[in-house]
Amino acid sequence: MEFGVIYIMWLREMKRFLRARSRIIGNVSMPFIWLVIMGIGLSSSLTIPGMPISYFSFIAPGVIGMSLLFTSIFAGISVIWEKQFGFLKEILVAPVSRTSIVLGKIFGSVTISVFNGLLILVIAILVGGIPLSGISLPALLLAIVFMIMISFSFVAIGLSIATRLNNMEGFQMIMSFLVMPLFFLSGAFFPLEGVPIWMKSLAYLDPLFYGVDGMRAMLIGAGQMPVWIDFTVLIGFGIFMIFLASYLFRKMA
Amino acid sequence: MLNAGTVFFFMNAIEIMDLEKKFGDFTAVDRISLEIKEGELFGLLGPNGAGKTTTISMLSTILQPTSGTAKVWEHDIVHEKDAVRHSIGIVFQDPSLDDELTGRENLDFHGRMYGMGAEQRKERIAEVLKLVELESRADSLVKTYSGGMKRRLEIARGLMHKPKILFLDEPTIGLDPQTRRRLWEYIKAFNEKEKITIILTTHYMEEADFLCERIAIIDHGKIMALDTPEKLKQVLGGDVITMSVAKPKEFQKILEKTPCVKEAKIFDESLNISVENGSTCVPKLIAIAQKNRIEVNSVILKRPSLEDVFIHYTGRTIREQEADGKDVNKMMMKMHTGGR
Repeated sequence: MEFGVIYIMWLREMKRFLRARSRIIGNVSMPFIWLVIMGIGLSSSLTIPGMPISYFSFIAPGVIGMSLLFTSIFAGISVIWEKQFGFLKEILVAPVSRTSIVLGKIFGSVTISVFNGLLILVIAILVGGIPLSGISLPALLLAIVFMIMISFSFVAIGLSIATRLNNMEGFQMIMSFLVMPLFFLSGAFFPLEGVPIWMKSLAYLDPLFYGVDGMRAMLIGAGQMPVWIDFTVLIGFGIFMIFLASYLFRKMA
Repeated sequence: MLNAGTVFFFMNAIEIMDLEKKFGDFTAVDRISLEIKEGELFGLLGPNGAGKTTTISMLSTILQPTSGTAKVWEHDIVHEKDAVRHSIGIVFQDPSLDDELTGRENLDFHGRMYGMGAEQRKERIAEVLKLVELESRADSLVKTYSGGMKRRLEIARGLMHKPKILFLDEPTIGLDPQTRRRLWEYIKAFNEKEKITIILTTHYMEEADFLCERIAIIDHGKIMALDTPEKLKQVLGGDVITMSVAKPKEFQKILEKTPCVKEAKIFDESLNISVENGSTCVPKLIAIAQKNRIEVNSVILKRPSLEDVFIHYTGRTIREQEADGKDVNKMMMKMHTGGR
């Protein structure tokens, strides 16, 4: 593992990200619309059974989770573009370990994703979705740790997919059969307490469920699971995915 | 085949031994063997789909050979990948720059990937930018560059880490003739200045002829001929000089006794003279004409072109081959994308 390589891979992601300002706005605008319009709109007619919080507060961590999911998976999948535009070849003929390349790419994408997530968090606090008075500093930091773990997991998923594809043709399939189910089953927009058992079982297979649940516990004090379970599942899954992504990447190269 | 004793006396930059690459049933590279000397400017000439890029890809460790092996700067391409990667620079046929970074950032990225220190990088970036005359545009985003500029930047990047060997895969494809000429000048210049071994692939006859010290004509994955451009052309048997003179019949008689002339025929009131070596014979002929007070109106020396050589070895012109090559390319693309 070479830290110089990890650093330069990360630095490249940062430069590209900061140069594409419109992308930042694009990344943040959709979660913002969900949060403000859906959150405020549905708050007046919906109450969350068994929880003393408004729907607006309920979906705020969910919207952060949604932003993390989308940004992370797409950042990982962006390796397909690098394949198509040839830059990946430049990286692959360099005398460096494949693991360093993967880690650099993952760290870069995670940074971008967490940055977006933090932006949504700030917005959620500003518009009153998450009451700042209710959060302790350790809880806030732990929420950020959850954001980081979510990002690692989904960047690695995106990257793993990218190693198996050579063009964006399969993109629609990935959206329909992976990203949207992950998103809807995560409990980001409705509580999974009262849903049918089949849906609940599926939700338990969704890593984002544990991420959103953990953040919800930290930010608005309304988790469904014990936090240590959320944490353990997510970190275990994240580490597994990073190994899988680097394995697939080495095999591809 | 080379034995251990010979390696002792001179260094081969590249030794290819029975190298083969198959994609399914299709043999892209058919057990080729080849040695390229240190400092040489070597050309692989052939139509698209002949196996040039596949060969380069194996030598640069991107593709695993089906059988056989090669040594690049004495490192095995299968077992010592990192050592091989350290010794080589490569300019791919397709663009491989990061458009969202500046030229300087692309070079800096490359330097770091090859483990160069900050001072060393700064110095070398200035050097290679100067070499390809891109200093003034170094801090613009690559997406604002023209095709020729991108190519030059890629060459600069290939040279950035001071490789021993530089691979240029179709370096001037898609460039206008003027830009192409200029690139040729750069390539010649850094081959001499940096004392670097260069292997280039091309399907342009003029390019191989202008640049390369030795050329391997490659077709259907096999090496059909291998020699200097001059010698390859001599295989076709000498040059033809066309002279227009005042008294052709009288001059023809004199030429029959001239040693460097093989045959002299009158054709359209000028003389078509077959000679072994045109460039040394022309001055002699003019001197003889002057001595005999025969006025010379014009002299044309025509050499057999590499195109003629290519036809000689493959039975077809390179353009006819191109049409076939496209199908092969498509097939290979499918195998690259599909099979795995």
